[in-house]
Amino acid sequence: MSSGLKTQVGQLARRSALRTLRQPAQIVPALVFPLFLLAVNSGGLKEATNLPGFPTDSYLTFALAVPFMQGALFSVMNTGTDLARDIETGFLNRLALTPLRGAALLSGLLTGALLLGVVQAITYLIVGLVAGAELVTGVGGALVIVLLSVAITTATGTLGLFVALRAGSGEAVQSMFPVFFVFLFISSMALPLDLIQTDWFHAIASANPVSYLLQAFRSLLIEGWNLGDLVLGFGIALAVFIVGMTLASRSLKTRLVRT
Amino acid sequence: MSGAVRHKPASFRAVAGAVAWRSIHNFLGNPAFLVPAIVFPLFFFTAFAGGLSAVGNVPGFDFPSGYTAFQFVFVLLQSAAFGGVFTGFGIARDFEIGFANRYLLAASDRRGIIAGYASAALVRAFITWAVLTTVALIAGMNVGGNGVEIVGLYVLAVLVNLTATLWAAGVAMRVRSIQGGPLMQFPVFLILFLAPVYVPLSLLSGWIHAVASVNPVTALLEAGRGFISGDPVVVALAFALAVTLPVLFSLWARGGLRKAETAG
Repeated sequence: MSSGLKTQVGQLARRSALRTLRQPAQIVPALVFPLFLLAVNSGGLKEATNLPGFPTDSYLTFALAVPFMQGALFSVMNTGTDLARDIETGFLNRLALTPLRGAALLSGLLTGALLLGVVQAITYLIVGLVAGAELVTGVGGALVIVLLSVAITTATGTLGLFVALRAGSGEAVQSMFPVFFVFLFISSMALPLDLIQTDWFHAIASANPVSYLLQAFRSLLIEGWNLGDLVLGFGIALAVFIVGMTLASRSLKTRLVRT
Repeated sequence: MSGAVRHKPASFRAVAGAVAWRSIHNFLGNPAFLVPAIVFPLFFFTAFAGGLSAVGNVPGFDFPSGYTAFQFVFVLLQSAAFGGVFTGFGIARDFEIGFANRYLLAASDRRGIIAGYASAALVRAFITWAVLTTVALIAGMNVGGNGVEIVGLYVLAVLVNLTATLWAAGVAMRVRSIQGGPLMQFPVFLILFLAPVYVPLSLLSGWIHAVASVNPVTALLEAGRGFISGDPVVVALAFALAVTLPVLFSLWARGGLRKAETAG
């Protein structure tokens, strides 16, 4: 990376990080909402552990994977909304007048998502463990969970950038929330894949990458070191990142041409 | 002969009708409002009834009409409540753009404004319920209740919708900004999900059982599930709550209207 590009990425990363830290309205719901659902679901679905074949006797441990995915969903919204605000306020137009490179802009904007990912992952993990969840892989597993969470949060952040650049409005980014929410709900979020009885739901959940991201977290929490699940989880995160960045880069070019 | 035209002050019914007509027109004419109102409940119904159907096999789960009907009642009442909350968003938006101030200026009986919004909330809820019920029946939901019991279920849903609308209207008229959205939404979300959503109360344990036992939504859910399975339970308590809550929240909404009047 050239020193010019480093400076550009650094400046925008600093701005993105500060912007995230200065907006409690972005951080608080991203921490509170997933933990609230974790508390409610782990209480309400405790009896599901009595189903034959359920992988653990602690639903809290099983459900602890979900907040990491919900956090990723907030990353989409927060990253997209921030960029959309830059577009709406004309900040992007001003940046377009500078020699700033597209790669620097996109990478810099993801810093806020990355930072939020770290805060979220550590918070969810600590709260989950304090509440009684198990972590069979110990400290090493905790580090990998944080790493995986940050990878997923950053990867999904690129989708937020893409939507913001395509639509150019915060309202449009917010309206995409249900679309991303569908991916989470029609997955193995509440029950393991092999315990989902409804055929069509099982088929969709099996094809849904979110199910395998959840499984990567669960393998660390419940089963132990399962290289296959981890490779699949990190691989999906990488694939989402590449696709999201490619789409966002193309949309950025189009938007800057319009500018 | 005077050239000035004297207008008769609008009555309660006329005000309510005008406000309701505009709100319903906005709702039906804008896919951004209409589509989520229909899709979200369907989505929850699909996720809960489809994805969690194995929960119906948990030892001790003995709901006679099956898990689809069990979850249908929750989603019906949830859509009733959120229909009211989303109407509150509309009220807040009307204040932000200044339209609500014109309502306040034009209406002689301003209680009609609240009644109008509440009527619109009910119409949008009926549309959602029609779609939701059709989809549930197509999906093979078993209905064990007779006609009177099913009417009882929908009357409960109407009263929940009214309660939520009055709550959200009270907040919207105090905050007068869409920024009050989380304040309208979160308590409703909280009280709904702190009820026996996935399994009956008897299968809950620990803190969630303690909270659900004193949560008024539990009685509404149990009565609704009793109606759909043809085995009514806690009907008197559920209707006592369902009638009392709108009365209390009408005072809350009226207070909000006074605040809005004072603020001008």
